[in-house]
Amino acid sequence: MDYQNVLTTCVYCGAGCGLYLQVLDGKVVGVLPAKQHPISQGKLCIKGWNSHAFIYREDRLTRPLIREDGTFREATWEEALTLVAERLQAIKAQHGPDAIAFLASAKCTNEENYLLQKFARACVGTNNVDHCARL
Amino acid sequence: MVDRLTLLRGAVQQALETNELDGVLALRADHNGTVPHLFRTGDDLSGLALWPKYPLTRTLDLLLSAQPGARLGIVARGCDERSLIEMAKRNQVDLERVTLIGLACTAEEAAACRCARPYPTKIAVGERVEGVEDTITSEHARLSLAERAGFWQRQFAKCFKCYGCRNVCPQCFCEECALEEDLWVERGVLAPPFPMFHLIRAMHTVGKCVGCRECELACPADIPLTILYSLLRRDVEEMFGYVPGASLEDRPPLVVSGVPEGWA
Repeated sequence: MDYQNVLTTCVYCGAGCGLYLQVLDGKVVGVLPAKQHPISQGKLCIKGWNSHAFIYREDRLTRPLIREDGTFREATWEEALTLVAERLQAIKAQHGPDAIAFLASAKCTNEENYLLQKFARACVGTNNVDHCARL
Repeated sequence: MVDRLTLLRGAVQQALETNELDGVLALRADHNGTVPHLFRTGDDLSGLALWPKYPLTRTLDLLLSAQPGARLGIVARGCDERSLIEMAKRNQVDLERVTLIGLACTAEEAAACRCARPYPTKIAVGERVEGVEDTITSEHARLSLAERAGFWQRQFAKCFKCYGCRNVCPQCFCEECALEEDLWVERGVLAPPFPMFHLIRAMHTVGKCVGCRECELACPADIPLTILYSLLRRDVEEMFGYVPGASLEDRPPLVVSGVPEGWA
């Protein structure tokens, strides 16, 4: 029997609550609040308490999907990111940078969101930056 | 005088060596705090820690259920021992598979928990200190019924149904929880209508709540649940002479009460 608790940060929102993933024989089986965490202080919301639940879901997306003729097919990250880059460049060339918008996410870190807005403004050339809560 | 942590290391070491245990569940120091950890024979015990406590019996149940042949030790404070006794009465744990290493709480720990009985029946480590009078609860109990109803109405209005009080509770082990049934608790409604949600949970822990205070500590809305559950325990003791977790022999009032004379 191997039982470990792995300290991590809840993935569900920007509050960044601390929690332990309970790992039993290599499988994540539950969550414990991290009492010493300066933000969450041993408390979690219902999403935090269940933040391990998606890990082994059969319908969890584990690879990029590309839609072709109305259906999705699995692709590599290289292929998917190349397609996204090509399409963004094509849209920008045809309609200008303000035809593109960037939606940041509360699930990301501050640093990731900083990079996204930097990419939008400096690389693409638009101030169309918003976040997922207003989708 | 040898400090409590050194004594605990010795007790855990001894339990592992003499009882042929698959492990001892205790707290380990981690990231400026503590976390439940399963110490195995040969493990470095320097990481053992004492505080803040966690509801270890929930994790013990998880481990024993995962490996039906396993025999485990647990560093048990008073509340952990009481918890195990109530679990055993309801066939949630087989005490034959569990070795208790009794840990007495310090006066500071007892004060933090407002604990009336901060020690297990058998103390392996630590000195017994007297229970703490819960003045917050006794002050609340002096309010009128209307004042108390208003107090709880305001407190429960803060609830956003994280289910943390249930998830952390060492006495919440139902396979199917009434709080997840649409009949009793409508989905998507916040705060839950007064007073059903919390009184369902309170009713379901009558005669079981061992006063570990974990529900209050887990509440993100800072609802002072310890007051509610302390008064429940007071009533159960006054009305039925029952103290949850005090002894394996005492039978829970919900099992033996309400049967008319001659029926049993």
